[in-house]
Amino acid sequence: MGMTMTQKILAKSSGQKSVTPGMLISAKVDMVLGNDITAPVAIKEFEKIGAENVFDTEKIALVPDHFTPNKDIKSAEQVKLMRNFARKMGIKHFFEIGQMGVEHALLPELGLVTAGDLVIGADSHTCTYGALGAFSTGVGSTDMAAAMVTGEVWLKVPEAIKFNLIGKPGEWVSGKDIILHIIGLIGVDGALYKSMEFTGDGLEFLTMDDRFTIANMAIEAGAKNGIFEVDDETLKYIAERSSKPYEVFTADSDAEYVNEMTIDISKLKPTVALPHLPENTRTVDELDDIPIDQVVIGSCTNGRIEDMRIAAKVLAGRKVHKNVRCIIIPATQNVWKQCMKEGLFDIFIDAGCAVSTPTCGPCLGGHMGILAEGERAVSTTNRNFVGRMGHVKSEVYLASPAVAAASAVTGKISSPESLMD
Amino acid sequence: MNYIGNVIKYGDNIDTDVIIPARYLNTSDPKELAKHCMEDIDKSFVTRVKDGDILVGGFNFGCGSSREHAPIAIKASGISCVIAKSFARIFYRNSINIGLPIIECPECVDETNEGDKLKVDLENGTIINYSNGKTYKTTAFPEFIQDIIKSGGLMNHIKSKK
Ligand code: SF4
Repeated sequence: MGMTMTQKILAKSSGQKSVTPGMLISAKVDMVLGNDITAPVAIKEFEKIGAENVFDTEKIALVPDHFTPNKDIKSAEQVKLMRNFARKMGIKHFFEIGQMGVEHALLPELGLVTAGDLVIGADSHTCTYGALGAFSTGVGSTDMAAAMVTGEVWLKVPEAIKFNLIGKPGEWVSGKDIILHIIGLIGVDGALYKSMEFTGDGLEFLTMDDRFTIANMAIEAGAKNGIFEVDDETLKYIAERSSKPYEVFTADSDAEYVNEMTIDISKLKPTVALPHLPENTRTVDELDDIPIDQVVIGSCTNGRIEDMRIAAKVLAGRKVHKNVRCIIIPATQNVWKQCMKEGLFDIFIDAGCAVSTPTCGPCLGGHMGILAEGERAVSTTNRNFVGRMGHVKSEVYLASPAVAAASAVTGKISSPESLMD
Repeated sequence: MNYIGNVIKYGDNIDTDVIIPARYLNTSDPKELAKHCMEDIDKSFVTRVKDGDILVGGFNFGCGSSREHAPIAIKASGISCVIAKSFARIFYRNSINIGLPIIECPECVDETNEGDKLKVDLENGTIINYSNGKTYKTTAFPEFIQDIIKSGGLMNHIKSKK
């Protein structure tokens, strides 16, 4: 029986010729990731068993991004613990304020993850790196602690669903609309335990930033990982950033999938997920007027340079509606600098937006834009659970940067097309 | 490794908030957590659970957040292992990592009732239900997962190998 992309990477990393779904394996990790919420717990576990060294000082990334710049004393203590641990162990990839970014935007951008890698992270959105043709998945803090000691992780080989993306998407349809559409189709447990494998001739119309957005939200369908077929676009992205050796894995022609779906992305329209689940999707044109209080453009889902460019394109020469606060958070220092170079900040600020230093901030209701009771936000983030961005009676609508920016202008959930006439 | 115990049974989608409500997450002390295990669906759980009892659930057991406190609370309350039709992914990992054996066996779940007496043999992957006389075959854990459980969790396992 042939293997899927995911199965091939798992076979390579566990030193076996082949693996089959359901097998439990022990695999070598190429990168272990933790943030300011999960790493402190892992560090305590690490120290509890008296471990003295990490398995490899170059294969661990510690990214304080959730409550940074530290919002209070507790979060400052958490980051201090990480910082001290990183110094003591000689961990190379610890990112201080001024170099950091939201973890899942930062690692690919710095070339720390590449095609064929096996990456685990104590954060559920670690699945983002599948855009590069890597296997990456979210785990718990104990897994992170163990991997820091041994360089290995145990995994169950997943079954796979194949998504064949065909056609060329319309001007205002992005990776976010595609993944929201898919989650709307299969539901929040539609890919439970499974690998979501993306292929098809539609890929040529998707930028790397589109693909990161899609892979990022695989977990929102319950998946273990999302993974893209590697093409010239991927190789170009990697060549510009990484000197690490990489390996391209393609699925065998007789690889087995539990389900195959063809999605014609040329037919999709700008899509939003209504509160309080990512599967509650509607196209924007199906909605009545929904007035909003806040817009957030950023996060590991949509805080990359393409996202900023699209937002700027919509906001250029326009003003944020008087009833709306619009907060823009470039996901990394590099994205920030690029925005500055391209004059995007002028556009944002002239429109009346606030621009923040990189942080997860409001995405998880941490800081930098918390919602009050009854308030409603359009956000380019990935989760709209009850209370995710603040008060339990606030609401989050998930959308693309284009829809978020258009909504900021009109003060209600809007498609960018409606502004263009 | 064999576990013999009586069954406490629940339905589908037992989530981590039900297993241990978020309001108790300001501690990670297993004994404290065990005091509130299952509180929001079954107040009597903590008083009737006995050491060695086996927890049985339906589909998607342990769904919700990635909190390791959930399997910790179950284990500390005396439960020897959990059998369900399916488990949420991160709950599954976390359980094994803290040394709580968990087994998927839809057939056994369907045919098992509250109070039945079961014997679980992890090495051979079998479950015997003494109350209905049936034996169920499940996929046995590979050796290294069994070793993790025997050591009482992943970190202890690593320590013992050092
Ligand atoms: S931006 Fe949001 S989803 Fe992404 S890592 Fe931060 S908190 Fe998690």
